[in-house]
Amino acid sequence: MTYAIEVRNVYREFKPPGGIVRSGRPVRAVDGVTFSLPAGDVLGVVGESGCGKSTLARLIMGLLPPTSGEILVDGRSLTGMDRRERARLIQPVFQDPFSSLNPRHRIRDIVGLPLASQGDIPKARQVDRVMEMLARVGISSEMAERMPGQLSGGQRQRVAIARALVLHPRIVVCDEPTSALDVSVQAQILNLLTELRRELGLTYLFISHNLAVVEHIATEVAVMYLGRIVEQAPAQDLFRTPAHPYTKALLSSVLTPDPALGIPDVGLGDAYPDPTNVPPGCRFHPRCPSAFAECAATMPDNIRKDGRLVECLLATTS
Amino acid sequence: MTASLQDPVLSVANLRVSIGGRMEAVRGMSLAVARGETHCMVGESGCGKSISALSVMNLLPRGIIRTADHIRFQGQDLLAMSERQMSRLRGDKISMIFQEPMTSLNPAYTIGSQMSEVLERHRRATRRQAMDRAAELLARVGITAPGMRLGQYPHQLSGGLRQRVMIAMALMCDPELLIADEPTTALDVTVQAQILRLLQKLQQELGLALLLITHDLGVVARMAHRVSVMYAGEVVETGTVADVFAAPTHPYTRGLLDCIPVPGKTQTGEPLGNIPGVVPRIPPGFAGCGFRDRCMSAAPECAQAVPLRDAGGDHSYLCRLPPDWTRVSAA
Repeated sequence: MTYAIEVRNVYREFKPPGGIVRSGRPVRAVDGVTFSLPAGDVLGVVGESGCGKSTLARLIMGLLPPTSGEILVDGRSLTGMDRRERARLIQPVFQDPFSSLNPRHRIRDIVGLPLASQGDIPKARQVDRVMEMLARVGISSEMAERMPGQLSGGQRQRVAIARALVLHPRIVVCDEPTSALDVSVQAQILNLLTELRRELGLTYLFISHNLAVVEHIATEVAVMYLGRIVEQAPAQDLFRTPAHPYTKALLSSVLTPDPALGIPDVGLGDAYPDPTNVPPGCRFHPRCPSAFAECAATMPDNIRKDGRLVECLLATTS
Repeated sequence: MTASLQDPVLSVANLRVSIGGRMEAVRGMSLAVARGETHCMVGESGCGKSISALSVMNLLPRGIIRTADHIRFQGQDLLAMSERQMSRLRGDKISMIFQEPMTSLNPAYTIGSQMSEVLERHRRATRRQAMDRAAELLARVGITAPGMRLGQYPHQLSGGLRQRVMIAMALMCDPELLIADEPTTALDVTVQAQILRLLQKLQQELGLALLLITHDLGVVARMAHRVSVMYAGEVVETGTVADVFAAPTHPYTRGLLDCIPVPGKTQTGEPLGNIPGVVPRIPPGFAGCGFRDRCMSAAPECAQAVPLRDAGGDHSYLCRLPPDWTRVSAA
């Protein structure tokens, strides 16, 4: 079986900025990640800031090379792949539609750029495809003549989606695509992404800190903590029966609009994760409400059972 | 009206804010916050919630003009106060915390020096007394080793710790009213829950009047006693949280609640409810309902002045439709 995305034991280190004052430890933003994503699925990646989810996205888009490990997209290795070929396979939608569109270009030129840079598509064909894709995401031909500054946040995100889809890629990496938008606009964009996936048979890697959004759109969910996937499972299973204490804490911190419930006690304490100083043993143990003595000494194995991955000593012992 | 609201800590009546004569940012906003009460102002960006709070504090930039029937704090008329009188009140009896703690703390001064300045200025305390008070409050907001933190600079703290420092700083002079503008929006979800729990605990222990501004209906439901939903510069619906969430009546409130995916309730992959179109900018002289261009139930009469209707108790909303319109239209 060919997977849309295969990530094999990938590491990515960043060296701290060289300066006179500090020469700190390197940061391992992605610290041994392995997963495979079947075509047509939506993998939601959740975790707090600094957990490495955006670095993982950039590795998968080929915008950063891994320090070690291998990434296959549509069965082919990203290393050495031609940029134009990669662009036809995988495309990004970023968080901030205000900074991801060039403010000095017209909308139709922004959406046309991926086609133009392929170099072998006739101009007339390019124009047709741009207009077709803009119409599909709900941007009128009149708006196509405008500049990004004349559009609202939601309209800009539609333009970013049109640009991502104009080359008909197989995979779209969405990095917090609705985080900068208002709730009413967020719902419009989520609905659009869901429709497009069904129609075009797309695979999404969907990164978000908003668990309610991920639950709504993802078929499979990976929870990241300090560079590693600590739990991964089909979305329904993960939300119904979370196994890792960190997943449980994340789920309990979702504030659903229910006035009968108060503010939850997530029970995590104040030890904030520091990627430059990863604790020994289980990296979550300083914050874990269920930690026991062994957690500080032994790094838990990946336990894979019934389509679920859990990295926790509790899962090993039970 | 509840008994507590007959003598509110803060009362705003018919506030209007105009930006350079080009745009009406707030169009007749009224609200009251009682002692020991959390009142949430909720709405999307540009609805006028932050600018309303800044108007209360008289912190509006040049060219932005506020008018109101009254803005009263503990019976004092804030509209009549000079800048000097206002600055005596700010940080003393009225405190404010903002969304981004990194930009509201001065990076060049230690936590201790920024915190003690508040007390030295408003209470003429000595540095010693002020530092003691700062350490006491840091401990109270759940910061371990407060003595060490006092000597640190803002960049040495995580986002969650910085927001705790901001809260501690806001409490230095025992305020009566705390205005918190999106205090947890920049934080991770687990930290957000911790900070909100802290705010709730302090509010109860100190009997603060808390005006909490947020775009997140989840935060409103879990934190507030009363809620005011804002749209295009108006409070379109207000009432106790229990009433408004049990029977949201303004079409905008209903639409907003339908937009939120709720784990376990909204079906995965099913379309979410949504509100078509975008938030309008309201020009001067605009009349009628600001929501009518996006409203499913709009009628020609929505272009005229809209009545404030009573939905029972002290739950009211700004719409031509009767309180039971949702049942009528469903039938």
